[in-house]
Amino acid sequence: MPLFEVFVRPRRGLQHQHAGSLRAEDAELALQYAREIYTRRREGVSLWVVRSSDITASQEDDAPAFFDPADGKPYRDATFYELPNEVKGL
Amino acid sequence: MSLLEAVVGLGDDALVLGQRLAAWCGKSPWLEEDLAMANTALDFLGRARLLYGYAGQLGGCDEDAYAFQRDARAFTNLLIYELPCADFASACARQFLVDAFDALHLEQLSASADPDLAGIAAKARKEALYHRRRSAAWMVRLGDGTAESRRRMQQALEDLWGYQAELFAPVEAEAGLVATGVLPDRAALRTPWLESVTATLEEATLAPPSADWGVDGGRQGLHTEHLAPMLAEMQHLHRSHPGARW
Repeated sequence: MPLFEVFVRPRRGLQHQHAGSLRAEDAELALQYAREIYTRRREGVSLWVVRSSDITASQEDDAPAFFDPADGKPYRDATFYELPNEVKGL
Repeated sequence: MSLLEAVVGLGDDALVLGQRLAAWCGKSPWLEEDLAMANTALDFLGRARLLYGYAGQLGGCDEDAYAFQRDARAFTNLLIYELPCADFASACARQFLVDAFDALHLEQLSASADPDLAGIAAKARKEALYHRRRSAAWMVRLGDGTAESRRRMQQALEDLWGYQAELFAPVEAEAGLVATGVLPDRAALRTPWLESVTATLEEATLAPPSADWGVDGGRQGLHTEHLAPMLAEMQHLHRSHPGARW
């Protein structure tokens, strides 16, 4: 049975977040199971399910090239701004 | 029939079906379905508690006494809810037939002249619409599935068809409550129910059975041979340790 990844939007204004995975025959069943398993206690207001096989993922070998940036470039980091209090969810 | 008796009958429908569904936890085709079945069971158990709780306010006993201290003869659930439906196709088919009924019945009941009953029905209806979506999807998945799943689903429908009649059979004792707008006229729900069921069966490539038999007696406490053994299992702990708390 295909594996599906489940994404839950916890509340309006926030993005969908990965919650876990489950197995189901088809997308409709996956959506129903996601509701049963991940949102029965008001955990969310919206659900996405996507076949795990449709996700293109980075590989272990990619790690140095992808995730290990050169040091000494603090100007690239968006840390010099003061966030207004009204901005939440960042 | 008094309002109290009517409320207890509806509570019995929900409790007995909830117990049958709960028995699937651990026996479903896979883990996700175990959880889905158990969640559905809990929805019905929750509905039973609301109804028994209301019955208590109307002068009845407490919810545990309703669930655990009555024998089969005192239960007034309709018979379709108590069938074992030990094969998964059969459990899905029963659920589909009663969910389609529930969606219509609870819509009418949520307009009941009795405001408490109307409130309980409105709450239950939201769940019922989800249940119907879930069980209809299983009808299509199994009916329009493999040769074996289709054969089992068609057989399940044939075996159950005589029991759906009771969902719509007027009970003489209910007539007074129907006339005063407390209970819906269940007989009038048959046509819209058949339309909605037939549409799903067509999609599932299944044929509506042409069975000409029908059973009744549930609301009078006359049951199949299946209810008493189920109650024995459900009640034995409570009866072995009366008054126990945890």
